[in-house]
Amino acid sequence: MQIIDAADLDYRAVNEALREAESDFIIEGCCGQRFIAAGISGKNLTINGIPGNALGAYLNNANITVNANAQDAVGDTMNEGKILIHGNIGDAAGYAMRGGKIYVQGSAGYRAGIHMKAYKEKIPVMIIGGCAGSFLGEYQAGGVIIVLGLHKDGRRIVGNFPCTGMHGGKMFLRGSCEDIHFPKQVTAKCAAADELEEIREYLSEYCLDFGYSMDELLSEPFTIITPDSKNPYKQMYVAN
Amino acid sequence: MGIEFIYPEFEVIRNKSRCISCRVCERQCANEVHSCDEKLKIMKCDDSKCVNCQRCVSFCPTKALKIVKSDCTLRENANWPAQTVKEIYKQANSGGVLLSSMGNPKPLPVYWDKILINASQVTNPSIDPLREPMETRVFLGKKPSKVQRSKEGKLNCTLPPQLELSMPVMFSAMSYGSISYNAHKSLALAAAELGILYNTGEGGLHEDFYCYGENTVVQVASGRFGVHADYLQAGAAIEIKIGQGAKPGIGGHLPGEKIVGDISRTRMIPEGSDAISPAPHHDIYSIEDLRQLVFSLKEATEYKKPVIVKVAAVHNIAAIASGIARSGADIIAIDGFRGGTGAAPTRIRDHVGIPIELALAAVDQRLRDEGIRSNVSLVVGGSIRSAADVIKAIALGADACYVATAALLALGCHLCRTCQSGKCNWGIATQRPELVKRLNPAMGSERLIHLMTAWKHEIKEFMGGMGINSIEALRGNRLMLRGIGLTEKELEILGISHAGE
Ligand code: SF4
Ligand code: SF4
Ligand code: SF4
Repeated sequence: MQIIDAADLDYRAVNEALREAESDFIIEGCCGQRFIAAGISGKNLTINGIPGNALGAYLNNANITVNANAQDAVGDTMNEGKILIHGNIGDAAGYAMRGGKIYVQGSAGYRAGIHMKAYKEKIPVMIIGGCAGSFLGEYQAGGVIIVLGLHKDGRRIVGNFPCTGMHGGKMFLRGSCEDIHFPKQVTAKCAAADELEEIREYLSEYCLDFGYSMDELLSEPFTIITPDSKNPYKQMYVAN
Repeated sequence: MGIEFIYPEFEVIRNKSRCISCRVCERQCANEVHSCDEKLKIMKCDDSKCVNCQRCVSFCPTKALKIVKSDCTLRENANWPAQTVKEIYKQANSGGVLLSSMGNPKPLPVYWDKILINASQVTNPSIDPLREPMETRVFLGKKPSKVQRSKEGKLNCTLPPQLELSMPVMFSAMSYGSISYNAHKSLALAAAELGILYNTGEGGLHEDFYCYGENTVVQVASGRFGVHADYLQAGAAIEIKIGQGAKPGIGGHLPGEKIVGDISRTRMIPEGSDAISPAPHHDIYSIEDLRQLVFSLKEATEYKKPVIVKVAAVHNIAAIASGIARSGADIIAIDGFRGGTGAAPTRIRDHVGIPIELALAAVDQRLRDEGIRSNVSLVVGGSIRSAADVIKAIALGADACYVATAALLALGCHLCRTCQSGKCNWGIATQRPELVKRLNPAMGSERLIHLMTAWKHEIKEFMGGMGINSIEALRGNRLMLRGIGLTEKELEILGISHAGE
């Protein structure tokens, strides 16, 4: 397989090499270069080392595997493809993501999955293995956000203000979430069997990717959060 | 009726001796003001629904109609004008935030109207644009600050990406959703014919319009609607929308009822779901974050397209622009507080932001003082109403102007300021198929081309009069401007002398 040695390359050079590269390749010695694979399609890349901010921004259709942590804005406005992180990620992952998958083994920082969208069968999915920071799924307009809370180390599964302004899509948090405060305009309840069925496919893919068993993931109940209205601002205005 | 009643603002006056009961007005008014009493064969009307869009007036075959402001008045009170009182009634009736559309209608100073343009007399003779070539082309983008040569002494001719415009005007952002398919098509066709650009606004780009990409600015706003790699590749430039003059500091919100069919597909959100653009981009909290978005867009498009950052004109605009100029952006677009909108809270529209004239002068001066003016081009809008405004903006330091309301007027808009209702009788701010088809894109684009061609002639005449044969030579040439009736402070900010000085 082709190898791009990123040790002495800046981000522009990494991306130039990556556009030239064959469809399958490895980036070695990655150390904070930003914007890796921004807007690309039709490639499979593995990154050894830590990619910088905005990994896979506007990703069109490519598979990225990171064998370490990643920084902020992973999969910003991503369209299609899959980003697999064997570690933790920083803030604002999957901002306005409209398709594809972001699967994270570890935890996510603040503002993950803000304003995720969906259209018909195009449904973005984000799975966080550990915990998520505050403002998870703010303004969520579509798609599926799942947080598993594995290896929580006593932390809450999400920080403060999850689902603020949520008006579409679904969020699944593993556990009963009694310690989480949700805003008024959403409903949080224990996920029924048919609701869990909707995410079974994603969960089993996640298990394969990271070596978990479904039994382990399903050993606790899931809380499902859905918005009460697609039109949260409807009554707020009067024509003038 | 009762305490909630507000007397209608307009009265529909039908001249009975002219009316032939043809019912054209009834068919033209989507607000259902007109109706026909079949038995008596007379036309009736419900004034309370009239928004004064002049559609029926324009189409009545016998000129039998006029719309007048009602003279039913409250007792006069300088502290409590009727509008203020009625707004209180509306809010007491509904509990809602007042929502308006189009630009700020308040009688606040329009500095363009207090600035006068120079002309040559005797010395430095004027030029006749009909006889001599006049250059109105402009190039927008980063300009290198020094000449660079290779080791062998060869000139390095690679420039950062530039936008070429045949005249210093572009159609500014109006989203597909806030305006109709036919309105977008009219703008796209006209921009292509004129050699200028139009702007998708934040609603994505309909697949039918990808072919006008060379004449398209694609916008990336906080909601990121319809943003994906193909969309970014499609445009000639990418605009990051931070703010809008009509509603600085707040987000946008297209109600679910307008998210239907193609709009829903273009924005990539489900039908009937509100399209919410959050107030900030939640990944931009600093100039460094902005830089990150600028460069992620540049990386995704291989540095082939200039990136525009659009902000509303607000108090510290000079410092903000200085930051943007250092963020890697190629062009800064500034939108003044009279800029239009499809819908904005009335209070925000009328009270937040500053006039574009002052913002432009302050920004141009600041960037010059800091020696970074050539890092960016400046585009200003909100509101540019005529060729005279364009000339004054260029002389104050702009590279080009954004126009939107003027373009809509060319398409038939009569400034009724009820775009938010979605019932635009002129087929512009609506998605109802029967209304949309009233605007014929071929005719619409022709009217836009007429307007811009006329402006171009006028721009050349102004230039000729000043003895300037290239618009580039006018940029920032404030000696060509004088103020009239302005205070010392205003003149100081505008960087111009008073008339007579
Ligand atoms: S809303 Fe327009 S078309 Fe209807 S009556 Fe009033 S002016 Fe005529
Ligand atoms: S369009 Fe004019 S003539 Fe025809 S019904 Fe209306 S007012 Fe009468
Ligand atoms: S676009 Fe239509 S609704 Fe809006 S002000 Fe113009 S005529 Fe009225």
